Amino acid sequence: MLYFSKLKIILISLLSLFFIFISFSNFQDSENSLISKRINLGLDLQGGSYLLLEIDNEPVELQKLQNTTSVIRNYLKDKKVNFTDLRIEKKTILFSIPEQDIDVVEKKFLDKESEINPYYNQYKSHQFDLIIEANEFKLKLSKYGLIEIKTSSQDQAIEIVRRRVDEVGTNEPNILKRGNNRILVELPGLDDPMRIKSLLGKTANLTFRFVTQNSNDTFGVEMLKFEDTTSEALVSKRIILSGENLLDAQPQMNNQSNETVVSFTLDRVGAKRFGKATRTGIGKQLAIVLDGKIVSAPVIRDAIVSGSGQISGNFTFQSATDLALLLRSGALPAPLNIIEERTVGPDLGQDSINSGIFALSLGFLLVIIFMFFKYKVFGLIANITLLINLFFLVGILTIFEATLTLPGIAGIILTVGMAVDANVLIFERIKEESKQEKNNIIAFDAGYVKSKTAILDANITTLIAAIILFFMGSGPVKGFSVTLAVGIFTTLFSVYFIARMLTSFYVVRNKEKVNLI
Amino acid sequence: MINFNKFYKLFNLISVSLVTISILLLFFKGLNFGVDFKGGTLIELRASDSKITVISLRDSFSNMELGDINIKKFGNENDFLIKIEKKDTSANAIEIIKKDLTYSIGGSFNFRRVENVGPKVSSELLKSGVIAIALSLAAMLFYIWIRFEWQFSLGAILALFHDVIITLGLFSLFNLEINLSIVAAVLTIVGYSMNDTVVIYDRVRENLRKFSDIKIFELTNISINETLSRTIITSATTLLALVSIYLFGGEILKGFSLAMIMGVVFGTYSSIYIANPILVKLRVSQKTILKDETN
Repeated sequence: MLYFSKLKIILISLLSLFFIFISFSNFQDSENSLISKRINLGLDLQGGSYLLLEIDNEPVELQKLQNTTSVIRNYLKDKKVNFTDLRIEKKTILFSIPEQDIDVVEKKFLDKESEINPYYNQYKSHQFDLIIEANEFKLKLSKYGLIEIKTSSQDQAIEIVRRRVDEVGTNEPNILKRGNNRILVELPGLDDPMRIKSLLGKTANLTFRFVTQNSNDTFGVEMLKFEDTTSEALVSKRIILSGENLLDAQPQMNNQSNETVVSFTLDRVGAKRFGKATRTGIGKQLAIVLDGKIVSAPVIRDAIVSGSGQISGNFTFQSATDLALLLRSGALPAPLNIIEERTVGPDLGQDSINSGIFALSLGFLLVIIFMFFKYKVFGLIANITLLINLFFLVGILTIFEATLTLPGIAGIILTVGMAVDANVLIFERIKEESKQEKNNIIAFDAGYVKSKTAILDANITTLIAAIILFFMGSGPVKGFSVTLAVGIFTTLFSVYFIARMLTSFYVVRNKEKVNLI
Repeated sequence: MINFNKFYKLFNLISVSLVTISILLLFFKGLNFGVDFKGGTLIELRASDSKITVISLRDSFSNMELGDINIKKFGNENDFLIKIEKKDTSANAIEIIKKDLTYSIGGSFNFRRVENVGPKVSSELLKSGVIAIALSLAAMLFYIWIRFEWQFSLGAILALFHDVIITLGLFSLFNLEINLSIVAAVLTIVGYSMNDTVVIYDRVRENLRKFSDIKIFELTNISINETLSRTIITSATTLLALVSIYLFGGEILKGFSLAMIMGVVFGTYSSIYIANPILVKLRVSQKTILKDETN
């Protein structure tokens, strides 16, 4: 165990130098450094916001049910099936048909090519589960139908969230999917997430609809509240134009009225429809509805054919800017709820770094002093090993651009405390062996060999804990498990290569000495 | 040589009573769960005006109708920790609190940290925390069972339970807050305590092979003594590191490092006084380990 070939010595030394070099690249300006990699600081250290959003898929499900209901209605009418009681109840579509039509309709629903009830090849399931009781058909969204809805609304939502966050312009936001109905937003450096939160909290579903007095409108009507007053208006459900037709939206000062407005530009289809509607609707009130509330309802004076217009509604410049941003980025498929928020201010982050580094240095110093007094020369060897171990740990975290969190720093300190364990186990074993074996080289060799299983078992158990923590833990705690796990590997390496090499140099030179350790 | 085995009975009695008291505490007094596991809002506030005190803050908050509120000093300077239990906090709740506070105590403060955890997330976090700890115990049990005999596995796992339950019992007794980092600490305790037990067990096994005529009662004592200096040195260096985190690592790491310190102390103790007496009780002998090796 004590023999090292020249090649091995050179390789170990080079490797150590390499990691020392990598570790130091963290402290240099990235432009001047050869290696651009560095350890990322977690949100708890650099400050920033962590938001977990949950998509409320209920409206999307309802929408799906409604759409399917009208598809079914058209199909049954088309096939001249005499259906009754087509309705939605408790998220189930129900309808009854005469006995003789059941077979045909059932086939239609269970056909793999069915356009009413799509079949997902990858799941081997239809979108809807079908139950037929007597003459009544019951259609319920299947497990995979629900998953499809969730994943597709998540896909759309994450795109919109990304656009909105990008528009605000924070540095390097991190936007990720979580499960199939959540979105994680990490915003480094942002200490007041208020604006982003309010931007993400709005669906931004914009529609232009006529105000009507006629409650027998063919498309149906609904009573909607105004945004900033308590008054209400009856609005047709017929959508003339929606946010989808918007090409651009910008906040603007209206020179005549001297108020802030949001001006918008429509795409070709939108411009055509808007032109037609305003031409036929001169004198009518056009309600601009955002997320179920009327922003304003101006009277149409002229046909607007240019494909651009303005929305007014008692905006401040800030609220007009935000509305324009929301309209530009598009509507969310479903409302988002913020279910978890963690924000750390930059000054607290800096404080945490400072106290973490101080505790690390102090812990390191104490351990070094302790080891030196306990083992003298071998303590020195253990200490050099410990220092190189730290460089290995920092170096590996740098290469993988791992995220360092405050608990992560604690993990490094803990590694320092526990890293000496392997060396202690070996040294104590050597001491025992030396009592019976006078030949130093044999005693040292035996010490290394016999302590191996204990060291391995002891480190594997800690590693198991770290791995479980990595998969179960979240955020900062994950950072702890990473440093702990990497620390175990670097410790084993540095003990078995660096400490053993240094020990062998010393022992070979002093092999005649009595009570060497 | 120290006769650790003379005190097996005494310390077993103490351990059993400590574990019983801890379980009773956990059962009747319960744990002080933080916002991570209970949901609600946590605000760390730094005041730049020395007139802002716990009392003035409590007054201003009591006017906001936010339900149960806990305000305390946090570390030094003018830092306060405010915990709001109300769970259905809307998106702009923090903004409203900020405005109300500015109105009642002036603007000379800032929010250094805000944590807002919804009820759904907190119950998920609690569940995954419990699963993580249970999983790690099971994994350790399994690992030791593979590496040693079932008697060792049982001893090690009882020692682990002992450490985890007493640490949680102390948290309950002193009403210390349980948050995500405490779960991390408990898992690390599991790893550390195991580490310690394994080193002694490894020696017990080695000695079992070596001596066929020494009774397990004596044999465990010999093994404990042979590994004693390692046990002391490693505990000492780990504690040095932990105490330095506890004292200087900042307020956020205080609970974490305290849990770890307790865990290291009990972990070291249990490796000697729980893990070994179990082997004696289960009448482990040379046959126990040789039986397996001849197979």
